Amino acid sequence: MRQFIQGIVENNHQATHLLQILRQIQSRFHYIPEEAIEQLSGLLNIPRTQIISVIEFYSFFHLTRRGRYELLISDSITDHMLGKKDLLGYLENKLAVAVGEVRSDGVVSLDNTSCTGMCDQGPAGLVNGYALTHLDHSSIDKIAALINQQKPLSEWPGELFQVDDNIHKSGLLLNQQLEQGAALKAVLMRGIKETLTEIDKSGLRGRGGAGFKTAMKWQFCSEEQQAERYVVCNADEGEPGTFKDRVLLNTYADQVFEGMTVCAAIIGAKQGFLYLRGEYLHLHDKLQNILEQRRRNGLLGTNILDAGWNFDIEICLGAGAYICGEESALIESLEGKAGIPRNRPPYPVTQGYLGKPTVVNNVETFLAAASIAVNGGDWFAHIGTEKSKGTKILSISGDCARPGIYEYPFGVTVQTILHDCGADDVLGVQVGGPSGSFISDQEFERKLAFEDLATGGSFIIFNTRRNILDMVHNFTHFFAHESCGFCTPCRVGTSLLQKQMDKIVEGHGSAGDVVALEELCQLVKNYSHCGLGQTAANPILTTLERYPDLYQSRLKEISYEPGFDLDGALETARRMANRDDAGAHLAQIEVNEHE
Amino acid sequence: MSKTITIDGKTIPFEDGQTIMDAAMAADVYIPHLCHQPEFTPHGSCKLCTVKVNGRNCSACTFPAMDGQDVLSETKELIDDRKKITQMLFVEGNHFCPSCEKTGNCQLQAVAYHLNMLDNHFPLFYPDRNVDASHAEVMIDHNRCIFCALCVRASQQTDGKNVFALSGRGIHKHLIVNAESGLLKDTDVDVNDQAVHICPTGAILVKRTGYQVPIGERIYDHQQIDQVALASEHPKHGK
Repeated sequence: MRQFIQGIVENNHQATHLLQILRQIQSRFHYIPEEAIEQLSGLLNIPRTQIISVIEFYSFFHLTRRGRYELLISDSITDHMLGKKDLLGYLENKLAVAVGEVRSDGVVSLDNTSCTGMCDQGPAGLVNGYALTHLDHSSIDKIAALINQQKPLSEWPGELFQVDDNIHKSGLLLNQQLEQGAALKAVLMRGIKETLTEIDKSGLRGRGGAGFKTAMKWQFCSEEQQAERYVVCNADEGEPGTFKDRVLLNTYADQVFEGMTVCAAIIGAKQGFLYLRGEYLHLHDKLQNILEQRRRNGLLGTNILDAGWNFDIEICLGAGAYICGEESALIESLEGKAGIPRNRPPYPVTQGYLGKPTVVNNVETFLAAASIAVNGGDWFAHIGTEKSKGTKILSISGDCARPGIYEYPFGVTVQTILHDCGADDVLGVQVGGPSGSFISDQEFERKLAFEDLATGGSFIIFNTRRNILDMVHNFTHFFAHESCGFCTPCRVGTSLLQKQMDKIVEGHGSAGDVVALEELCQLVKNYSHCGLGQTAANPILTTLERYPDLYQSRLKEISYEPGFDLDGALETARRMANRDDAGAHLAQIEVNEHE
Repeated sequence: MSKTITIDGKTIPFEDGQTIMDAAMAADVYIPHLCHQPEFTPHGSCKLCTVKVNGRNCSACTFPAMDGQDVLSETKELIDDRKKITQMLFVEGNHFCPSCEKTGNCQLQAVAYHLNMLDNHFPLFYPDRNVDASHAEVMIDHNRCIFCALCVRASQQTDGKNVFALSGRGIHKHLIVNAESGLLKDTDVDVNDQAVHICPTGAILVKRTGYQVPIGERIYDHQQIDQVALASEHPKHGK
C-alpha cells in the first residue's frame, strides 16, 4: 500500500489533488485505510483531519471497507418511476446483501446513490463508479452472476454500460458541427476584445440556471488586477433529471473545450479545469484523449495557433456531492477540500480558485460561446425572447414516449415540449429539477425563459397515475442527504423538512402539521447560506400552493398528533419486562369510545 | 466625510474592511451571534446574525459594510426567526441545561433567553453522540456541539495548532480531533490553549473546574448576553 500511495502522490504532489488521490485509493482498496490517511498527511503536508473531513464529506469515499464490487443504484424520482424499488429488492435477493451493507465475504456492497444522470435510460446505477443503464431483471441476473464469479469489469459485456445520447431535437447549437479550432481561429481573426463584444451582443446568459450574463462575468474577471486567472467548466451536473451535459461532453466535447479556450484568451487565463461529476467516470478517458489530441493539434498547451496563447485544461473528478455544483463549493472541491460554499462577497470572478479571479461556467455556456465566436452575436441573439436569447438544451425524462435531449429556442411553451416528446395524460411537470418548480396541467401555456420558467434544463414529466407526494417525499430526502451541513437553517432545516414530510405522507399528520411545514419551508428558504438550502423547500412550497387538498387528504381528523411513535417507544421496556399483553401497549392517540 | 450605514434607523459610521457586525458592535449595537468572535476569521454558519440589507437577508458577521446600506436587525420577523434558528440548534443536539456544567455561562442558553425562547418548538432529534473524556484535563461532550468552528479557528489562528476540525455532511456533521486514535488525549491540545476556552456551549470543558463558580453567580445569571457581548467583544470597552 505504501508504495501504491507513494506512486500516486509522485504525480499529484499538491494538496489540491486530494480528491483525485483519494479516488484512486478508494478504487484500489474500496475504502481509505487508516495507514493511507497517515501517509498522505505526511506526503501532502496537511493535517489528517483535513483528509478525514474530505472522506466523510463525499459519498464515494469510505472509512470502512466496501465490497470489491461497489454497487450503487440511482435514487432519482425518474428511476423510481421506472420500477427502481422492485429492482433493488430483486438485487438484494440475487446478491444476498442488504441495502447499505457489505456481503460477509466482502465481494459486493449495495447502496442507494443520488441521481446518476441517466434519467432517460434508467433505472440506472454505478458499479465501481462506472455507469449502468436500463437495469431490469435480466441484466441484474447477469450482473449478479458476473459478481459471484468475480469477473473483472473489463470482462463484463459492454451492453451493460451502454450510454446513449438520445438527441431527439437539435437546434442552433446541436446542429453546429464546428471544425476543431474554428472558434479559436475566429477569435484570432476578429480580435479578443471584438469577440467579447460579440458574446455580449449575443445576450448569452449562464446555462446552469442562475442566468448571469456571460460577457459581463468574463469582463469582470479580465479587469481584476491579478497575474493569474482560471477558467472552470462546471460539469458537476447533479440536479436530478438533468443529463444534457453528459451528452454534450460525449459528443460535443471539442466545442466545450474550445469555448473554455476562447474564455481563457479573453480573460487571460493559463489554466482551466473541467470539474466532471464522479458519476460520469465513463467519459473520463475519452475526454482525456480529446485534450491530448487538441494539444497535438496546437489548440491547447503553449503558443496556441502560434498566437502566443498558453492555456491547458485539467480534468478533475468529483466524488458524489450535489453541492459541488454550486460554484464556490466546486472551487473548494477543486482545491482538495470538502465542498462547502464560501461566504460572498468576494465572488469567484474576484477571488476564486486559490484566491485568484476565476470564471465558472456551465458546459452548455462554453459550448454556446464557441459557436458564438464563430458565428457572431447576432446569429444567436435573433432567436429566443427579449431577456433570454438563443436556445436551451433540455433533459427530458419521466412519463413520455421519447425521453432524451431536446433543444428549443427560449420562449417555447411547456405544451409544445410535451407534444414533441410524446407525453399524454400529463398531471404536471417538474421544471428545473427538485430545486425548480412543479407546474400543474393548468399552466402548460407557460414559457421556458428567464422571464417565466427559468431552468438549468431538467424537465421531468408526471402523468395522472403518479402521486405528487411521492415525488415531494423523494426530493425532500434528496436535499437532506445532500445538505453540506455548514449552516444551521439548512443542516437542521432540511432534516426537519424530511421528518415533517414523512409524518404527513405516512398519515400521522394533523392540521397543525401543514402549517408547521409551511413555516419551516420559509425559514429554510430565507435563511440558508446558499442555493441548496434556499431552494430545498421548493418541492413542498410549489406543490402545497397548487394542491393544498392533497396534503389535507393525508391528515388525521385531530388537531394534534405526537411527533413520535408512542407505542414504538415502549418496545425496549416490553422486551425487558418480557411482556406483550394489551396493557403493555399504548394507542398513538386516545380513542374516544363514544365515537 | 466618513462612511455610514443605518441599522434600524440609527446612523452608524464604519471604516473600509469592516463587516456590518464590526460596525454594529463598535457602535454599541448588539446583533445576536454564536459562531462569531471578533478575533477570528468570520465563519457565517450559525445564521443568528442574519439582518436585512437593502431588503435582502445577509449574515452581518461576513457581509461587508458599504456606504448607505439600510440594515434592519430588530424587526419582529428577524427576532422570531432567530429564535427558531436557536431552537434548531437545541433540537439537533442533546442540550439539558439543568444538568450541564456550562449553565449560566453558556452563550447558546443566553441567546435563547435573550430571544425569549420558551420551548423547543421543533421535534427533538435525540442524536446518539459520544463523550470524549480521554484527556487528563480537557473533555469533549459532543452532545452539546453546535458546529460553530470557534475551537477549530482558535486552534489554528491563536494556538498555532490543528487540534480540531469539522467533518461529515449535513445532519451528520461532527467535530473531530487530530489524532490517529480519534481521541483528544492523543492530540497536542493543552489545557491553556485558547481553543479549549472558546466554546460557546458546554461541548469543551476543563476537567476539575466544575461548579467552582456557583449557579446564580455566573456570567449570564445577572446580565443579558447583549450587555456581556458589547462589553467583552468590543475593544474600546475592554481597555
